[in-house]
Amino acid sequence: MRKGERRLETLIHGLFLAAGLVTVGCVLLITVYLIISGIPAIREIGLWEFLLGDTWASTSAEPRFGILPFLLTSVSGMAGAMVIGVPVGFFSAVYLAKAAPQRVRVVSEHIVSLLAGIPSVVYGLVAMMVLVPWVRSTFHVPDGAGLLVAILVLAVMILPSIIKVSVTALEAVPKEYEDASLALGATAAETWFRVSVPAAKSGIAAAVVLGVGRAIGEATAVMMVAGNAPNMPGLFQSVRFLTTAIVSEMAYSGGLQRQALFSIALVLYLFILLINAALNFFLKRDRGT
Amino acid sequence: MKNMEKFICMALAGVLTTGLLAGCTKETSGTVSTDGSTSMERVIGVLGEAFQEANKGVTFTYNPTGSSGGIQAVQEGRCDIGLSSRALKDEEKESGLTETVLAYDGIAVVVNPDNPVSDLDVETIAKLYTGEITNWKDVGGADAQVVLVGREAGSGTRDGFEAITDTEDACQYRQELTSTGDVITTVAQNPDAIGYASLSSVGDTVKALTVGGVAPTEETVKDGSYAIQRPFVLVTKIDAKLSDAAQKFFDFALAAENAELISKAGVVPAN
Repeated sequence: MRKGERRLETLIHGLFLAAGLVTVGCVLLITVYLIISGIPAIREIGLWEFLLGDTWASTSAEPRFGILPFLLTSVSGMAGAMVIGVPVGFFSAVYLAKAAPQRVRVVSEHIVSLLAGIPSVVYGLVAMMVLVPWVRSTFHVPDGAGLLVAILVLAVMILPSIIKVSVTALEAVPKEYEDASLALGATAAETWFRVSVPAAKSGIAAAVVLGVGRAIGEATAVMMVAGNAPNMPGLFQSVRFLTTAIVSEMAYSGGLQRQALFSIALVLYLFILLINAALNFFLKRDRGT
Repeated sequence: MKNMEKFICMALAGVLTTGLLAGCTKETSGTVSTDGSTSMERVIGVLGEAFQEANKGVTFTYNPTGSSGGIQAVQEGRCDIGLSSRALKDEEKESGLTETVLAYDGIAVVVNPDNPVSDLDVETIAKLYTGEITNWKDVGGADAQVVLVGREAGSGTRDGFEAITDTEDACQYRQELTSTGDVITTVAQNPDAIGYASLSSVGDTVKALTVGGVAPTEETVKDGSYAIQRPFVLVTKIDAKLSDAAQKFFDFALAAENAELISKAGVVPAN
């Protein structure tokens, strides 16, 4: 009996190890594949020409493969979405976790979960039918599709991840901290922002990282509203993101154009790694002090 | 007695199964795989369905990867017949491929129904798309900036449009969309937009312009009087023989008696 139990234990151990290795294996596979398929085009075009070239004309007689417009667009799109989405998400989370009456809270949390479950193509479609004409008539520009609408869509799309993770972090703050603060005479609002939020800091930061990841990796919704012309970013300019540059041309691409798309994917991958690493670095440093 | 019954049952089952198998082998079997142009989805869908109806047991597949994707797939032997909504390039022909025209597709130039402009010639359309004319009032419309809507680089429709209007690499697109539906939706929403799309997919939400006085219809595309049109071609390898099933489909698609199927899909049959 004991022997059988031990064998079962080993078997289950092996099973879990295998499951874990699948994840690690996938990441390794993707990394290796991206590097192998992304390098050739970069070597042919030239690293600086590729990263800092300001013209993308992949199918013209003399093709140009400069992805600087895409890089800048992705950065500004992400930054814009953060500027709008993070404060809204953060204050909603504080309200939901600390101030909201029970009933409001339950309903709101359901709605936030629903928002997270809406497929991106639906966000894109609604924005295309509602926001694009609205921007066009409100700002008197010839065409509404562009960076501004993309930023608005991304800001809404990152809300659920920011709110949900932040709420969880804020709820995990020990009740005694808050009680102590209130007992010392601090008001409720002072307690939330001086005690609860600092205590939940790392969780909230993780929420922001998650939001950044979603904002920078989103393709479908953005592609439907950004216009997709490879221009330098401008609020009302028709723009193309790193993600949409890959998606929009992949279907019909061939030769160096296709290889260059893989190179964009490699750049996007490194870009996300870099951002995550940077945010993690700041997180860890804050936790140390 | 019990054993006897069991034996009879098994024997019967055995006989029936062999009968089933024999029945299968009598039919034409095999697969026909096609790969390529998304613009040809409707026409190839109609043909594929009718072909499967007529030849039970044949599996017909279509993979919508785009013209270049389909041509590449034939080259690499990943499919039987490639579908391209543009004529083969010289380098593609040199690599051992050949094309057979299946049908002609007119590309309609569409504007918003509110736009007073209803006729332009190819030259003016080219000037609009290259940014030489930027205001609708210069071509008889309202005083508003022209919003150029087009397809993404590599799309068969864009290729066709730019080749016919001689605007390759010169179009100043405001929006590059990835599907015909997106183009139609965008033009339907913006009174100052102009776009292009397959004739077959133009509905009531947008207005198709007449080009040089000729309206884009099946007749005008067929007799060649409508200027903006392109071929739908079947791409095969010169030196490799098609499988029986694929050859059968190839002949089926080009047969004159099946031309009606092709026009049902909104394009003009070549035969």
